[in-house]
Amino acid sequence: MSATKFSNPVVSWIDHRLPIFSAAEHFASDYPTPKNLNYFWNFGSLAGFTLVVMIVTGITLAMSYTPHVDYAFGSVERIMRDVNHGWLIRYIHMNGASFFFIVVYIHMLRGLYYGSYKAPRELLWIIGVTIFLLMMATAFMGYVLPWGQMSFWGATVITNLFSALPYVGDAITTLLWGGFAVDNPTLNRFFALHYLMPFVIVGVVMLHIVALHRFGSNNPLGIDARGPQDTIPFHPYYTIKDLFGLSVFLCIFAAAVFFFPNFMGHPDNYIPANPLQTPAHIVPEWYFLPFYAILRAVPDKLGGVIAMFGAIAVLFVLPWLDRSPVRSAKFRPIFKIFFWVFVADCLLLGYLGAKPAEGIWVTLSRVGSIWYFAHFLIILPLLSVIETPRPLPQSLSQSVLGGSGAMAGAAAAPKEKA
Amino acid sequence: MATKSKEVQADASQPENKSRRDFIVVATYAMAGMGAATAAWPLINQMNPAADTLALANIEIDVSKIEVGQSITVKWRGKPVFIRHRTEAEIAEAEAVEAEALRHPETDTDRVENPEYLVVLGICTHLGCVPLGQKVGEVRGEYDGWFCPCHGSHYDSSGRIRKGPAPLNLEVPPYAFTSDNIIRIG
Ligand code: HEM
Ligand code: FES
Repeated sequence: MSATKFSNPVVSWIDHRLPIFSAAEHFASDYPTPKNLNYFWNFGSLAGFTLVVMIVTGITLAMSYTPHVDYAFGSVERIMRDVNHGWLIRYIHMNGASFFFIVVYIHMLRGLYYGSYKAPRELLWIIGVTIFLLMMATAFMGYVLPWGQMSFWGATVITNLFSALPYVGDAITTLLWGGFAVDNPTLNRFFALHYLMPFVIVGVVMLHIVALHRFGSNNPLGIDARGPQDTIPFHPYYTIKDLFGLSVFLCIFAAAVFFFPNFMGHPDNYIPANPLQTPAHIVPEWYFLPFYAILRAVPDKLGGVIAMFGAIAVLFVLPWLDRSPVRSAKFRPIFKIFFWVFVADCLLLGYLGAKPAEGIWVTLSRVGSIWYFAHFLIILPLLSVIETPRPLPQSLSQSVLGGSGAMAGAAAAPKEKA
Repeated sequence: MATKSKEVQADASQPENKSRRDFIVVATYAMAGMGAATAAWPLINQMNPAADTLALANIEIDVSKIEVGQSITVKWRGKPVFIRHRTEAEIAEAEAVEAEALRHPETDTDRVENPEYLVVLGICTHLGCVPLGQKVGEVRGEYDGWFCPCHGSHYDSSGRIRKGPAPLNLEVPPYAFTSDNIIRIG
């Protein structure tokens, strides 16, 4: 029984009654993981780490923050100047949000490239997109809290999105505001929700991990592990690799926090909110820019809102749009080209989202938005039919060890590395 | 994979290899522990008083308006400070007490700058209630000082504990007379 499984008698006593150590072992050390994962598989654990950092710095910030229109801005400045290490904690939280999105975007692109959303991991993917949505809501409400000009006008613009809905729109915006404009009640509830949502994310991440462990990680070759010869235990092999990746990540993160803490922010947010004057040029945080570009590309209020939310909604149905049975882009020559075009399109949209909504920028946004949807709704379904994938390797270990007479896979892998 | 890990174990069983490996493991844990402690420090230290809180740590009070036999309560660092302009009788009473016989032996002269004015923190040294005796007509306990209603501590006219559960005399905050009538607390 479990009582004999652990050499430490205390651990063994507890585990017999409350099998938390067995559960931990089951999730970390026993977990058989494909032996060929590359560094793109580090980004899941990095996202989890960043989430913890955000929660810890957020709770400590909340100890000195005041959610009131008359005091919020001042309380944040007090955190920056007077609270011990307040500047450090706030800069970690501020830049942590940006790095969270960088990490999750890479994590998602990894999934897109290696086909991790395909059967049997559809739900895992859908839970991931749900996390992404929750993250966006959390980040948006967090950005409102310092009550600077960008906070206020960002909150105004985003809550007004809902007013585009027919019939119920105005009622919903009034409900969100708790008044007739963004004001003290809005700030108060945004703080309550901003505190709550990360814990909701923690819960959904747990579902994400349970779903992951059902079939295990996908891998760069996109074929299933067939047995013990194809896998290694997660601990110590991938714990060490994850920790190494974490150290590299922390170096970059620390450089941003200490040397360029405001690089990814907007200077206007250091001006206290003024409900009577909108800044000349308002932009959301960089991680919302592609979606903002899609919003502005559509010359109709409701249409723009639908397109913006649609851009996320297509991710939910992606597993059913890409019908190709081959997961990894390694073996899909045409898909691979379109994947990189798609990445370029997202970057272009991000660039356009920060440009003024006029002239050539609007035209380019329209082209970019149409391409974004075409990629999911036309190109991927079409490729599933017309593309001839390259032959798949027989097994993971064969391709990793390059051994034996085995053919396509062994040949394909070195080509990739070159 | 099974063979691989067996090789590793075989290597590890060699004496020199084992000690090197142990060293690396211990060094890694030590570095990680130091890193974690360093990261934890700002998160804990942010709970200590902030610069603006410390900046409000001094106050000045003009005591010339306090009549003989009257007390005032002022707030210093968020805590009540009792300032009592004592009567001749109270001073004599406080000075007459044998300090050695007290629970917390202190003479009255140890506790005042100027015998006319007693300055003490109005916080019971038992569990922190504010004792009664500041306002005219309030119970002042059996020793002509203050009485804490929470669990029944009696303080004398020098703020010394005389009866009840409190272990120590009312604390004298750091203060000085900057002129005849002005006290600077903090
Ligand atoms: C808070 C945010 C997130 C956390 C903490 C998180 C955590 C993780 C972890 C620890 C893994 C396993 C390690 C790995 O494969 O990299 C994983 C796998 C996965 N995640 Fe996430 N994730 C997050 C967001 C997302 C999002 C937004 C998506 C997609 C829209 C997503 C899709 C996936 C998929 C498809 C896998 C399986 C990948 C594979 O095995 O190839 N995740 N996630
Ligand atoms: S707190 Fe004053 S007697 Fe207990």
